[in-house]
Amino acid sequence: MSRFDYHRPNSIDDATRLRGQHEDSLFLAGGQTLLPTIKQGLAAPSDLIDLGRLDDLRGINVSAETLTIGAMTRHAEVAASAEARKAIPALAHLAGLIGDPQVRNTGTLGGSLANSDPAADYPAAVIALGATIHTDKRSIAAEDYFLDLFETALEPGELIVKVEFPIPKRAAYAKFPNPASRYAIVGVMVAETKDGIRVGVTGAGPCAFRCTPIEEALAKDFSAEAVKGVAIDHSRFNSDLHASAEYRGALVGVMAGRAVSATG
Amino acid sequence: MNVTLTVNGSHHAVDVPADTLLVDLLRTELGLTGTHVGCDTSQCGSCTVIKDGVSVKSCTVLAAQAEGASITTIEGLGSADDLHPMQAAFRECHALQCGFCTPGMIMAAVDLVRSAKANGAALDERSVREGLEGNFCRCTGYHNIVRAVLSAAAQMEATS
Repeated sequence: MSRFDYHRPNSIDDATRLRGQHEDSLFLAGGQTLLPTIKQGLAAPSDLIDLGRLDDLRGINVSAETLTIGAMTRHAEVAASAEARKAIPALAHLAGLIGDPQVRNTGTLGGSLANSDPAADYPAAVIALGATIHTDKRSIAAEDYFLDLFETALEPGELIVKVEFPIPKRAAYAKFPNPASRYAIVGVMVAETKDGIRVGVTGAGPCAFRCTPIEEALAKDFSAEAVKGVAIDHSRFNSDLHASAEYRGALVGVMAGRAVSATG
Repeated sequence: MNVTLTVNGSHHAVDVPADTLLVDLLRTELGLTGTHVGCDTSQCGSCTVIKDGVSVKSCTVLAAQAEGASITTIEGLGSADDLHPMQAAFRECHALQCGFCTPGMIMAAVDLVRSAKANGAALDERSVREGLEGNFCRCTGYHNIVRAVLSAAAQMEATS
């Protein structure tokens, strides 16, 4: 007796229709978080709707101003993509730091963003680059997407189709990984975009966020020195056996400084 | 549900519950017990197999997701009489003690050599250690595993 029914739709329409028909169903992307979560009994969907055959959700496309990545594109594909490495090297670098090689061969951009783990890497890039998340229903700006711990603006049954990253003038990602899980204890992407300096932080709070105090300091002086001593409000930061909220607050500045240095 | 797939070059059609993991299909349905289950929480990498050309943790892939896929397990890599260069290097360099992690370690190492070549990157001690982040060994301290992978990579380069 299976714990769930399994569906393998061949079109986005079929996938969303199945999701609508089965109230307690979930989309299955790469499954690198969802399957362990089900195995541990932390999720119990009635049906899994496997997106693995939806080729429309895969691929990397570059235009003059944007890098667009399909939701089902694997982390390893982004890390190795010549187009991604040329357009936004910081994003390809970030993708190559996620988990381990086997996870990167299976895990997907859309899966990561839909799950919105507080310590996932991609959310820092979505925030710092000012990406737009395109779903089957609408387009969502980065600032409107991440709401809280494992909570996003996605409505039940809404499917991420692709993510559009504006190409920055320069950007870099610095990550302080948990040495066992490789999740970010704190990860910071610093980007110089056409709208100015943007700083996206993951790992520190309940979800990824823009760090305005560091953005303001870097707008005045784009140097690693400029972020030293910038006060970070850590009152809502995560605290666990790996790091206290206060320590994560200190790491935000340190990682931001390293990211600035890495932009070259 | 019915799953058809190719494992080590042989075609198989099996009927399994929808929540069957790929590793359980391999071990229980096909009797390929060379692929081990260590942590069963996608951390240790003992269950690593090659799926459609890339390494995956088969405890974190549904059998149903492997429909139509081509899978290579340790049994398909080489034979006792004709070891794969990676297997031969693990033996030569004494890269195992208890051996539990070894099948997954070897499959991950084979994929590491492939991906390094595809990306035009030369492997060195650091990149091998980083490339095996998804595989735990609790015996060797990794030194001889790294030596074996570098030795096999050179051998595979020379013969390719």
